[in-house]
Amino acid sequence: MSNIPAELKYASSHEWVRDEGNGIFTIGITEHAQGLLGDMVFVDLPDVGDTFDAGDDIAVAESVKAASDIYAPITGEVVEVNEDLEDAPELVNSNAFNDGWMFKIKADDVSELENLLDAEGYKATIDED
Amino acid sequence: MSQQTVLFDKHIEAGAKMVDFHGWEMPINYGSQIEEHHAVRQDAGMFDVSHMTVVDIKGSQAKEFLQKLLANDVAKLTVEGKAMYGGMLNEQGGVIDDLITYFISDDYYRLVVNSATRVKDMAWINKQVTDFDVVVTELPELSMIAVQGPNAKAKAAKVFNAEQNALVDGMKPFFSVESGDFFIATTGYTGESGYEIIVHQDKVVALWQQLLDVDVRPCGLGARDTLRLEAGMNLYGLDMDEEVSPLAANMAWTIAWEPQERNFNGREALVAQKAAGTLHKQVGLVMEAKGVLRAGQKVSFKDSEGVDQEGIITSGTFSPTLGYSVAIARVPRSIGDSAQVEMRKKFADVKVVKPGFVRNGKQTF
Repeated sequence: MSNIPAELKYASSHEWVRDEGNGIFTIGITEHAQGLLGDMVFVDLPDVGDTFDAGDDIAVAESVKAASDIYAPITGEVVEVNEDLEDAPELVNSNAFNDGWMFKIKADDVSELENLLDAEGYKATIDED
Repeated sequence: MSQQTVLFDKHIEAGAKMVDFHGWEMPINYGSQIEEHHAVRQDAGMFDVSHMTVVDIKGSQAKEFLQKLLANDVAKLTVEGKAMYGGMLNEQGGVIDDLITYFISDDYYRLVVNSATRVKDMAWINKQVTDFDVVVTELPELSMIAVQGPNAKAKAAKVFNAEQNALVDGMKPFFSVESGDFFIATTGYTGESGYEIIVHQDKVVALWQQLLDVDVRPCGLGARDTLRLEAGMNLYGLDMDEEVSPLAANMAWTIAWEPQERNFNGREALVAQKAAGTLHKQVGLVMEAKGVLRAGQKVSFKDSEGVDQEGIITSGTFSPTLGYSVAIARVPRSIGDSAQVEMRKKFADVKVVKPGFVRNGKQTF
């Protein structure tokens, strides 16, 4: 069974969200999601300074098998992207919750976090699949 | 109800992720399909291909029957053990399946056909055979392991007995020999050297383990697909099917037009298609920019008269060996050396090359 860290929040579309404080949130895709996608070959990240609404497609994770949209779990501005993924997209496979992070968003409204799932809720959604 | 090969437990033991492949539960990878791909290009990997169908054709008219059934001419096979690739066509010239024929003796040939097409293949063969003195026997009790890569032969040699090693020593590509428990062929689907070994299902688990013990890496269907695509080899159902002419699928070299009186299935249709000159052709596409070409994407270009033309990608992937995307496409014959592919709402520039990108570890275009 995939690892689902208890301290993170999750979207049902398989993104995870980590609270870094000061309204900044780090976002990536879950270990379960990388397993479904298989070997990652490119990650197309947004530009720093771009703004997105929750639910917008913000990035593309392209594996050998398929291209998948990554959705913004919260509304806000991109303040940093993981440039290491440019040369090492496989970090998403090997370390989805840490080195495989994708981007950081400064949230417009931190109360949006309440719309996301906790670890238990996310586990329930993937058990249904 | 999905079927399992005899090696199912060995796959699970090796950490395989299993998927449904046309009714068979098969390994897609054992962790990383890219690492498995590199193992085959750089060392040695093995694939369980026991789901494929082995069919023996025996009888006094075996040769005449196959000369009717296949677009390639088995009369070209004169040396015992020689193998040949080609298409089994319907009357409209469409490809029912692509297969390898092994020449064992004048009244005995062995076919290896795709598993996904097994039912229709057998129905077609049995329908065609009625007028010939031939016995068709499917051999589901046979399993098959493909051992492929630059070190595949050296590693397999450690598993073969002295007689088998003597027989395979110096064997050219597309040959086969039967010895002891193994039918050993220098064929494959990766663009590397190696063997396909047919063995009774009671002995295949032991063979798999022996190959594991000499560090041949288990590889899944994921790596098999990227390897064959880099090698420019067709996948039945994607790159061609019953609606597609072999002339539009880079299979013209497998059609034996001579002797002209050989009336193989589909011949008339192919002659008419050739005369009409409107068939598409198969090309290779290369995209060095970020992104992955995928089956079903549209290929567009302007011909020399400035007219918009359009074709389609039949299979595409990321090439682990090259580090960028390659694809096989079927397009109008007027295509030049570049085109555009519509992907994810954008148009990407691609280079047009001959289908086939990597052989024996090296770029070929």
